[in-house]
Amino acid sequence: MYAHVKRLFQFGEAGGPFIGLILLCVVFSLASEHFLSARNALNILDQITVLGILAIGMTAVIIIGGIDLSVGSVLAFATMTLGWLMRDGGFPLPVAIVLAILAGGGCGVICGLLITIGRLPPFVATLAMLSGARGLANILTDGRQIIGYPEWFSELATVRHFGFLSVTMSVFIVLAILGWVYLRFRAGGRNLYAIGGNSEVARLAGIRVRLANIWVYAFSGLLAGVAGVALAARLDSSQPSAGFTYELDTIAAVVIGGASLSGGKGGMGGTIVGVFIIGVLRNGLNLLAVSPFVQQIVIGAVIAIAVMMDTLGRRRRG
Amino acid sequence: MDTESANRGFSARGLGKRYVQTEVLVDFGLDVRPGEIVALLGENGAGKSTVSSIIAGVIQPDSGHMTWRGRPYAPAAPGDAIAAGIGLIHQEIRLLPDLSIAENVFVGRLPVRNGVVDREKINSAAGRQLRRLGLDAPPSCPVRMLRVAAQQQVEIAKALCLRSKLLILDEPTAALGADETDRLFSQIRRLREDGVSFIYISHRLDEIPLIADRVLVLRDGRLVSQHDNAQTPVHVLVKEMVGRNMDRIFPERDAPQNDVALSVKNLTAADGTFKNVSFSVRRGEIIGIAGIVGAGRTELMRAISGADSIATGTIKVDGKVVRMAGPRDAVRAGIVLVPEDRKLQGLILDHTLANNIAAGNFDIFARNGWAWPGKIHDFAHSAILRVGVKGGPDQRVGELSGGNQQKTVIARWVSRSPRVFILDEPTRGIDVGARAAIYDMIAGLARAGAAIVLVSSDLDEVLGMSHRTLVLSRGRQRAILEGTEANHETVINLATT
Repeated sequence: MYAHVKRLFQFGEAGGPFIGLILLCVVFSLASEHFLSARNALNILDQITVLGILAIGMTAVIIIGGIDLSVGSVLAFATMTLGWLMRDGGFPLPVAIVLAILAGGGCGVICGLLITIGRLPPFVATLAMLSGARGLANILTDGRQIIGYPEWFSELATVRHFGFLSVTMSVFIVLAILGWVYLRFRAGGRNLYAIGGNSEVARLAGIRVRLANIWVYAFSGLLAGVAGVALAARLDSSQPSAGFTYELDTIAAVVIGGASLSGGKGGMGGTIVGVFIIGVLRNGLNLLAVSPFVQQIVIGAVIAIAVMMDTLGRRRRG
Repeated sequence: MDTESANRGFSARGLGKRYVQTEVLVDFGLDVRPGEIVALLGENGAGKSTVSSIIAGVIQPDSGHMTWRGRPYAPAAPGDAIAAGIGLIHQEIRLLPDLSIAENVFVGRLPVRNGVVDREKINSAAGRQLRRLGLDAPPSCPVRMLRVAAQQQVEIAKALCLRSKLLILDEPTAALGADETDRLFSQIRRLREDGVSFIYISHRLDEIPLIADRVLVLRDGRLVSQHDNAQTPVHVLVKEMVGRNMDRIFPERDAPQNDVALSVKNLTAADGTFKNVSFSVRRGEIIGIAGIVGAGRTELMRAISGADSIATGTIKVDGKVVRMAGPRDAVRAGIVLVPEDRKLQGLILDHTLANNIAAGNFDIFARNGWAWPGKIHDFAHSAILRVGVKGGPDQRVGELSGGNQQKTVIARWVSRSPRVFILDEPTRGIDVGARAAIYDMIAGLARAGAAIVLVSSDLDEVLGMSHRTLVLSRGRQRAILEGTEANHETVINLATT
């Protein structure tokens, strides 16, 4: 029984990155007096919400051995769809929110079909969507931003219930927990690991590999849609340039969290740690007034170090 | 043999090679005169490819020496053999499909003029060799566009461009039809006129009198006979190839039950690799599928288990037709496959035994789709105990021995109690000691009421394990032999003609 309980709560692959995150927090706490405070912690949580929502979908994509380069552009398309439906389409905002999220899901389904039926490599299919969705996001308003959201909408991101939790933050937390449960305890989630480990083995074992692929990209698109809505609430506007290069941060977070780009390995726990590492780094370096250019270098180094430690550690083990 | 022509040709004396426990080649000698075609015969594992690998510099012998054109010859790498004018043409074609014929012929040593590849030169040089072989494709044509037979000619053209004077052909006709085989033979004869020598390795005994000048027969790594006349009757060659003592012990076979578990009728592959195969297997019965490389055995197994599509024909389990859109349908109908290549098709080496065994089985143990880690662990644990895998559920499959890996693939399926097990080369790459455990397990599955279809390149294994043996040759079903009438001679005769 003890073994079962242990397996249930086992930290899995995320152990190393988690230690890294703790170390990072210790270092920043010593370097900056502002870092270790409830207010700053909430700031960090606020800043990582959008990235975190995207990373949930990306985790599933990377576990099946794929990649989704389109999430930043799909986010922009969804956020513009939202504003456009509300302002030019005259839809009530709640309906527009649902449709915007579905628009993101539609982009994901297209990627999934291009990969499974069209037999494009995921890199190429989602690269095409990266370009296409960005174009669509700009076409809707000819490249102009949309403002004029009602007050309740921006309050989704700004008002902190129970003193700390905004609605967008709680959406992220709930989705992360659902994702964790799905990947860890649901048959469908476990199948994703088999597909990423070796898709031919999975297929011969009777797993529906194509269907799972379509679902995973659809899911990633839906989450990009959710992230687009959350970003609109946070910025109180929709920008066609939103989410530019977010796909790279998202992939970085997932990889830092211990997932392997060759598939079959990774998890929601690791991804969340990866998202926090990026969030804490940005926040801490900002507090220390490090220039954004240097920050980019630091994040690059962290990605390289995290993955290197992971592969070196694995080689030593076997 | 007169010494002068032997000096100009190839000669090997006392070649030996052993791996950790097994001697794969013992005191082997061979002479090939210029313009001579020597056939090398033997069953799988007789040592034929060891000989060709040594001569081509792929592996080095532990003992013995070779001479080539009057000089000592000891290639340390394939490049040395190529430089000396000895080329090996593998049974699997190793060309770069997206490059042109000419580029493939010159790959690794493309001539350069003014800093760019001299295409005119390679096209004309390759074109010359292609004409010599009678292949009428333009040298700039990508290899992908060629049929298998033509690709093989490109391999030969490549060897000829390297000025090879001795070509080793390893099963060159395995993937060829009758017409293409004839064409290949006339090319070989034409090259022989030019003084090119050949070592010709084949399973197809009916070809030997047509092409070879002399015949050597290998068995268990030893040269058992030499015939200076290739007209030696096939049955004599077969006797020499298989004349080993049957010292391997296979488990007892119980009598099969009466009800038919699997029946296959007029099955034809979508890509034509096999045609009109019909057979049925009763519960508790083991049917062996025998045939040489390229006979369509694996393709037939993949079709029955839904991995590849079929053009026509029906597959029934317990009398009910199974509609196959993929392996999933086969698994649900009770047909499971233990595939040919366990590392690439059977297992995820980087994952644990528990995850490997659970894969594909959530439908039977994950209630409402919940796959709790404890459940996965228990499911795997009981399968591990049933099959006798030496390993724990949390261990990585890659750490297991070959035999235990193969058992893990079988463990994935035992809990489903499938009606039909399809075992494709279940003992490939597994050492002899561990094979007995696999044989016992297969016999146990049959005893428990499963129908077993067993494919193996090891004929002893097929004959020792099966109640009946189906012989395939070039995609055609030649016969289904009852246990009493199935022996090496009849099977090899059917499989190679």
